[in-house]
Amino acid sequence: MMNEILVSVKDLVVEFPMRKRTLTAVNGISFEIIKGEMLGVVGESGAGKSMTGAAIIGLIEPPGRITNGEIHLREERIDRLPSEIMRGIRGKRIGVIFQDPLTSLNPLYTVGQQLTETIEYHLKTGAAEARKKAIALLDRVGIPNPSVRIDQYPHQFSGGMRQRVVIALALCSDPEVIIADEPTTALDVSIQAQILDLIKELAKERQVGVILITHDMGVIAETTDRVAVMYNGEIVETGPTKKVLGEPEHDYTKSLIAAVPRPDRKFHRFPQISYGGRETVFDIKDLARNWPETKKSEGPLVEVRNITKKFLEKSSFIPSQRKYFTAVDEVSFGINTGEVFGLVGESGSGKSTIARMIAALYKLDGGEIDFDGKLVTRTDKNAMFEFRRQIQMIFQDPYSSLNPRHRVDRIIAEPALHLGVIPKENVQDRVAELLDKVGLGAESGIKYPHEFSGGQRQRISIARALATQPRFLICDEPTSALDVSIQAQILNILKDLQEHLGLTMLFISHDLPVVRQMCDRVGVLKDGKLLEVQETDKLFTNPQTDYTKELLQLMPKTDMLSTEGLSA
Amino acid sequence: MPYVTGEETTARTQAAGRPENVVRKSLITSMLDSDIWHSFKRSKITILAAIVTFLIFFGALFAPLIAPQNPFDPANLSLIDSLIPPVWEEGGDARFLLGTDDQGRGILSTLLYGSRISLAVGFASVIFAAILGISLGLLAGYVGGRTDAVIMRIADIQLTFPAILIALLIDGSLRGALGGINREQSAFYVLVFSIGLSFWVQYARTVRSSTLVEKNKEYVQAARLIGLHPIKIMVRHVLPNVMGPVLVIATINLALAIITEATLSFLGVGIPPTQPSLGTMIRIGNDFLFSGEWWITMFPGVMLAILVLAVNLLGDWLRDALNPRLR
Amino acid sequence: MPRCSGGACHFSMLAFVIQRLFQSALVMLIVALIAFVMFTFIGDPVDQMVGLETTLEEREQLREQLGLKDPVPIQFINYIGRAIQGDFGISYQFKRPVATMIGERLPATLELSMVSALFALIAGIPMGVYTALKRDSFISKIFLTVSLVGISLPTFLIGILLIFVFAVQLQWLPSFGRGQTVDLGWWTTGLLTSSGIKALIMPAITLGLFQMTLIMRLVRSEMLEVLRTDYIKFARARGLRDRAIHFGHALKNTLVPVITITGLQLGAIIAFAIITETVFSWPGMGLLFLQAVQDVDIPIMSAYLLMIAFLFVVINLIVDLLYVFVDPRIRITGGET
Repeated sequence: MMNEILVSVKDLVVEFPMRKRTLTAVNGISFEIIKGEMLGVVGESGAGKSMTGAAIIGLIEPPGRITNGEIHLREERIDRLPSEIMRGIRGKRIGVIFQDPLTSLNPLYTVGQQLTETIEYHLKTGAAEARKKAIALLDRVGIPNPSVRIDQYPHQFSGGMRQRVVIALALCSDPEVIIADEPTTALDVSIQAQILDLIKELAKERQVGVILITHDMGVIAETTDRVAVMYNGEIVETGPTKKVLGEPEHDYTKSLIAAVPRPDRKFHRFPQISYGGRETVFDIKDLARNWPETKKSEGPLVEVRNITKKFLEKSSFIPSQRKYFTAVDEVSFGINTGEVFGLVGESGSGKSTIARMIAALYKLDGGEIDFDGKLVTRTDKNAMFEFRRQIQMIFQDPYSSLNPRHRVDRIIAEPALHLGVIPKENVQDRVAELLDKVGLGAESGIKYPHEFSGGQRQRISIARALATQPRFLICDEPTSALDVSIQAQILNILKDLQEHLGLTMLFISHDLPVVRQMCDRVGVLKDGKLLEVQETDKLFTNPQTDYTKELLQLMPKTDMLSTEGLSA
Repeated sequence: MPYVTGEETTARTQAAGRPENVVRKSLITSMLDSDIWHSFKRSKITILAAIVTFLIFFGALFAPLIAPQNPFDPANLSLIDSLIPPVWEEGGDARFLLGTDDQGRGILSTLLYGSRISLAVGFASVIFAAILGISLGLLAGYVGGRTDAVIMRIADIQLTFPAILIALLIDGSLRGALGGINREQSAFYVLVFSIGLSFWVQYARTVRSSTLVEKNKEYVQAARLIGLHPIKIMVRHVLPNVMGPVLVIATINLALAIITEATLSFLGVGIPPTQPSLGTMIRIGNDFLFSGEWWITMFPGVMLAILVLAVNLLGDWLRDALNPRLR
Repeated sequence: MPRCSGGACHFSMLAFVIQRLFQSALVMLIVALIAFVMFTFIGDPVDQMVGLETTLEEREQLREQLGLKDPVPIQFINYIGRAIQGDFGISYQFKRPVATMIGERLPATLELSMVSALFALIAGIPMGVYTALKRDSFISKIFLTVSLVGISLPTFLIGILLIFVFAVQLQWLPSFGRGQTVDLGWWTTGLLTSSGIKALIMPAITLGLFQMTLIMRLVRSEMLEVLRTDYIKFARARGLRDRAIHFGHALKNTLVPVITITGLQLGAIIAFAIITETVFSWPGMGLLFLQAVQDVDIPIMSAYLLMIAFLFVVINLIVDLLYVFVDPRIRITGGET
């Protein structure tokens, strides 16, 4: 019974014929999955992980197609079965879990209808029996009160609960293999851990083989038995998880592991192990020469006192009928000159709202903000102008933070021109210099944002922020949309900026290990309230509140990851 | 926990980085420009539609140079020439290839001159509607709150009524208010005003919904961060990013506006018979259909149908070409 | 039917209905205001009602009688009061009560509109579903071509073409009028006589064709949109049958937005009847309205506007209720854990 091979993939090639060239999404990969085993498939954007999963269940979207290789489910070859027969395998013998639980369920049918429909079809049971099985399954995946909730619609379930329903749907026909494609990426950390535990538990209990596709090394380390590392459509390294993560052999695996932020210790910089021409020139020291001298101010540069923000949740003609949602609730903290201050919390905790309040993008519903010892008020136009000159922001989504219709040089020049920081005739030189410094080259100015990758766009954002020579930089989840290796690059740049230009930073993140690597002090937010503010090291070693303890507990463990190339 | 809206969901999934999509997105955007041209070249029917549209535009624009006679000049007309059938029928006259109407106007010349009026009304009302709709939509979407509520409430109410009815009502009221004076000069402007005013809602709604999406994007936040004036943000940043769908609507609306003009003229409340548009010609010919003079109606009818069909085909193609998901 | 815990679900539904009723009343009020403004300020009602030989004094007297000297808000309230009682004034042209004239012609228009709407729905929805599911089939391409032509041909031109072929050339069907009608006392119908039905065929096709193509294209694009969603992909990944996915999952989700727009289209049919009625000399409200526009007969115009607005509001209300019935997200709020 041991080592019973469920699925074997041999020399698989998936191609997408495009107008100009053929894109090879998967390029000759081979692997196997054994009964009761969790196999992780890890890699960055465009590595071909999801395409591998889609190939196994025979759902590659046209015009993509399998051009070579074989896929076997036990003894049976399944890669070129007619679609009717494949349909009997898909869902029956191979279950699938998608990324986003909010869109995976049909909103117009009850959870029960969707479950029983699948059970009746695959297990050929009657309605009553299917319902009984459905209730048992919902109970098994941890949905409280399943005999009532089975008749509810998806919108009545929260995100985590919906993903449990999706898991129940994947399990309801007793499949032999489950393909889980980024099953927890859309969920908060606390829920992520629960869902991963559930998948792991069910896999062991039912002896199902699980292929877990993810970009997250932490998830791989915590849940999988074996791992395949994909890069550019190929598997570069495969083996037991412990061995691959602890003693990686391939350079790509090494670079990937080195880029993972560690929660246990702060390192000076992320090591840049070059692979596939990824190294970039970024010379900040040069920039520091022309940088205005930072005045050492007394007390904090930014001081936030009891700020509150309410959003209208339900509008009404009658003021007393309006319902408000308090996003930020009486929050106070100070940020010292030259310091990186972190705000950490789950989605909906109010961290981005605070950033926008400080940046004067949102009006305050209560409280005050001081900048450089002076109260920030909207009424004083000149003071506001002066304030805006000194702050800049780097946003989360590199795909939306640059206007797609503007050229890069215009994007970088706009704030500096509007705020009158540089004389008009010097703008071009300044833009060219900045582009050079962030490693894109002066000639990139005439291009449009869509010609750049996510990491490059984030560097354009940084150049735009630096153009006004700000004293205070707000970074709102600047790397959460990026791959780990790119994240490491951007974080290194931010560290350089802080060190050489003496910038003061507010760093917002949901990712504790990143915060550990970046921040001097950290505030923990929950439901709009600031629970505690600590020096970073103390927070991680000696958390004061239960919530922080819980958050730290839920962090993916990276103990088994190799520490090659890291230095304090 | 409040119900998570669709917008939040997408934001969250984007934030979490859906790895495969990132690459595909940048690929598509980078090839978009050339792909529009490519999809044009690939679709034979679109090329044909473009050629037909161009020919009709050309004919209309240079009607005074091409047309065998000037049908709008009473001095050129003679009742002796009235109701001559097309040249290939019995009793046809070589001077009038497609025959004449009851006043002796050559159908071919009237077609060229008439499509000139039809197109002029079409274009003018589309531009009028677009400017009105885009401004109001941008304002409603960006400013939000009460401004939004008022504009969109008006739009909603107007949308319950079909454009043709609105146009008829405005047309009727305007003519009532103008007291029937100067019908011939005012007809064009009355038509443009009534058709334009009945079509603005579509632009406003589309621009508003795109503006709502764009306004939350971070490049707008970045512009707000440096204290750029809201009007500058709307015009410089938001407007260029919401123009794609507007272009599609404008093309399809051109076809609709031409139909509406023809319909109003056919109903007898549009362009007066002294300087007939295509719709007016069909109206004139309709009275002669039963007595066998079919050409007075049929030629303008066919012309109208071909023009509208060609413009619609271009609109359909444009919509598909600008929407990468459909490819 | 879903089970709601407590009275929350009934309450939210009731609130929804009340809110919609309130909105409808608001729409009617605004339309009434427009109609009133037209009625009062465009042209002088007195000039229209009397002959040239009437003296100034007599005119003033008439003005007094008509309440035209009252303050404008009072006039508006009186106007609404009269409209609710079914008094829309006297036609300038025909010197008859407008309400009676509209009452005589309402059945003709409604009968024509209903038959056309049925035709548009029964043909349009299946064609839309078919063209969405079999995107590349030959029949789909034919349907799509026909629909493009249908959208490009103005309604009146379709009518003229039909008349030319079936009335002038073939002489199968009558080219104008309603044929023989049966008077039921409160309603006159053409559906009970063969000449009535024959007379209805061409106008109904003319009026319904454009709406049919619109509905077909709408259903097609909505269905294509739904077929791309994650839950359809997930349903496929669960190995469900195509039939269950297409007609169970996808169709139901498609119909949710289609219902709203179809409702609007049904309203549009009544308005587009103006054109069809003109082409076929169909003795309905539309023809009456068009003559009124040509003669600037304001009382008929404003009454027609109110009438149409009322019909639209009723249709929209029905559509909203249907929507509630189909979409649980509106029907049941809360309960999330």
